[in-house]
Amino acid sequence: MAALTREETEALIQEVLEVYPEKAKKDRTKHLAVNDHEANAKKCITSNRKSLPGVMTIRGCAYAGSKGVVWGPIKDMIHISHGPVGCGQYSRAGRRNYYVGVTGINAFGEMNFTSDFQERDIVFGGDKKLAKLIDEIEELFPLNKGISVQSECPIGLIGDDIEAVSKKATAKFGKTVVPVRCEGFRGVSQSLGHHIANDAIRDWVIGNRDAKEFASTPYDVAIIGDYNIGGDAWSSRILLEEMGLRVVAQWSGDGTLAEMENTPKVKLNLLHCYRSMNYISRHMEEKYGIPWVEYNFFGPTKVEESLRKIATYFDDTIKEGAERVIAKYKAMMDAVIAKYRPRLEGKKVMLYVGGLRPRHVIGAYEDLGMEVVGTGYEFAHNDDYERTVKEMGNATLLYDDVTGFEFEEFVKKVKPDLVGSGIKEKFIFQKMGIPFRQMHSWDYSGPYHGYDGFAIFARDMDMTLNNPCWKTQTPPWKKNDDAAPLAAAA
Amino acid sequence: MALRQCAIYGKGGIGKSTTTQNLVAALAEMGKKVMIVGCDPKADSTRLILHSKAQTSVMALAAEAGSVEDLELEDVLSVGYGGVKCVESGGPEPGVGCAGRGVITAINFLEEEGAYDEDLDFVFYDVLGDVVCGGFAMPIRENKAQEIYIVCSGEMMAMYAANNIAKGIVKYANSGGVRLAGLICNSRNTDREDELIIALAERLGTQMIHFVPRDNAVQHAEIRRMTVIEYDPTHKQADEYRTLARKVFENKKFVIPTPIEMEELESLLMEFGIMEQEDESIVGKTASELAA
Repeated sequence: MAALTREETEALIQEVLEVYPEKAKKDRTKHLAVNDHEANAKKCITSNRKSLPGVMTIRGCAYAGSKGVVWGPIKDMIHISHGPVGCGQYSRAGRRNYYVGVTGINAFGEMNFTSDFQERDIVFGGDKKLAKLIDEIEELFPLNKGISVQSECPIGLIGDDIEAVSKKATAKFGKTVVPVRCEGFRGVSQSLGHHIANDAIRDWVIGNRDAKEFASTPYDVAIIGDYNIGGDAWSSRILLEEMGLRVVAQWSGDGTLAEMENTPKVKLNLLHCYRSMNYISRHMEEKYGIPWVEYNFFGPTKVEESLRKIATYFDDTIKEGAERVIAKYKAMMDAVIAKYRPRLEGKKVMLYVGGLRPRHVIGAYEDLGMEVVGTGYEFAHNDDYERTVKEMGNATLLYDDVTGFEFEEFVKKVKPDLVGSGIKEKFIFQKMGIPFRQMHSWDYSGPYHGYDGFAIFARDMDMTLNNPCWKTQTPPWKKNDDAAPLAAAA
Repeated sequence: MALRQCAIYGKGGIGKSTTTQNLVAALAEMGKKVMIVGCDPKADSTRLILHSKAQTSVMALAAEAGSVEDLELEDVLSVGYGGVKCVESGGPEPGVGCAGRGVITAINFLEEEGAYDEDLDFVFYDVLGDVVCGGFAMPIRENKAQEIYIVCSGEMMAMYAANNIAKGIVKYANSGGVRLAGLICNSRNTDREDELIIALAERLGTQMIHFVPRDNAVQHAEIRRMTVIEYDPTHKQADEYRTLARKVFENKKFVIPTPIEMEELESLLMEFGIMEQEDESIVGKTASELAA
């Protein structure tokens, strides 16, 4: 099927909006747009607003943004889910942030630490319990490097003074104990949780080692906003190192507290997920004068562009290094593309994901000859859409905080060959007979970043799209009417 | 008779707990079976009946035992003067936790454990000063107290509070069956106090059920952690509480209140000389500006 024209896409949006009551229609209209390279993103799409009651939204909460995204992957700290048991347990180890370490000894990523609030903790307050929990953590897991207290909703409602408990524990154990006010009811999505988490890092982590000695090199950088999902940060880091840079810190996938504390010593911050960590990058720019640059390590075209962009901040050694790396992997990339492009050429993709992927993976699909015909973010702000408009083809579909209904209708009409979204969407589309990839967790695969990651990405897209199962799937109502006489007889 | 559940509200410090306990003591003296449920983290709603400083509360016991499910009814129920059953919901010390949730938990516990047995004639909920959150409205939600008595006096703030409480009752009157049953005037010896409260009651669509005069006998009894009924049954103040008890027992006037606007309340207060006519020309002027 040919791509939709601008008029057809506009008509599609109108058709989908038709079912809403007047007020909801007025609201949702602002979140759906036809991409227009000429238009101002601010005018064409509204984002970061409260979701409508009654729709199925795919968003998370502030706690998810702080504990799940920003803090959770810091492997040598213990992150307490402070409140009732569910938030911590259902977010435990679900994001596939890989790390090196011995779980329970010097790394704690897969574990769930919770204050397990009961009725009496709500009534009498949980401060004493929190203090006791920290004492117990120190006794049972003495090799932890620090603790963060991730607030669940009730903490904000009953007004527990987690800051006082944290300060006291910091003094008692001489370790960093960080209170984070990321109660789930704050803000409209997980986005505010990212911001709150960044602010907590600013206030309690950055600056801790300002007075300490640090053996710098002119080539020190930090990876910011890579959560090492399926090993993404590792396949990124090797490229940076091969071009001659020294990666001082990974934020926060496979990262440590010490790395974060040392980050103010770097020469350049490399920002992958802009949405969740632009705040801390801006802070380090303001306080320490460290520049930051956005990059994109999905697909060889973008990797190449990014390596050259990063190199412009350094001397010829690094510039030559970048060229050397690009040349080194050229043959490998050509082979991957030669193998998979013929199998994927011309296939259409619709995406609906979180922080950076709705725009960052477009290039990787294009390297395989595929086209992204619709994309959208759960929790983006205007600056994300400004960056997206340029990446997407003209007259493609943009949808912000898409509802379950809208997403299904769009897919029915646009008929993409592949949908990339999350676990909640996966089975809906698979049951509709549409190949699907989880683009949050890489469907238990990965890494997808860097050159190594692209080889895996290409293989995964091929094995999903060209899986023979889709051809054998015929729904009952499309089968020959063999069953009809039986039904009539009965 | 069927069980009647009553809640006592009113401005903080107005004398709710004292009035409730004297009223309950008088009802007990009449042979009625009564239970008091204190809904205040301070847990001082039953001390005059039990002669104790503060009864060990449901929440305190629950915290000690682990959870409220670990408690038995007899752990939390004490019996005092006249066979009056006493329970305190309890809650946190000021500044921590959530006292409202404590009230909700305690009342749910009492219901589940069958504290409201069929022998009871009356349950009185003695609720903390202001209905600051949903927890303190718990006693007037569906299937709980049906009658609300507001304790007030002729002082301006007490009347403001009474009107605000009436607003809260309207909300729950529409969703449940709760009704305003009357104002109890606990006198502060202000001028024309009875007339004023009668006028306020009329505006609210209710009645001043009784005017309780001020008498030092109440304080004398309190020092001994007793009600006047028990401490000095022959005192005329004891008769006042007996009259109140009889009026409550015979009360049939249960209404959805008609709370009044601030302007109307203020004009009422001006009419009775409690509040002076506002002089708009002095608003926002400092002392030195006024002197000039």
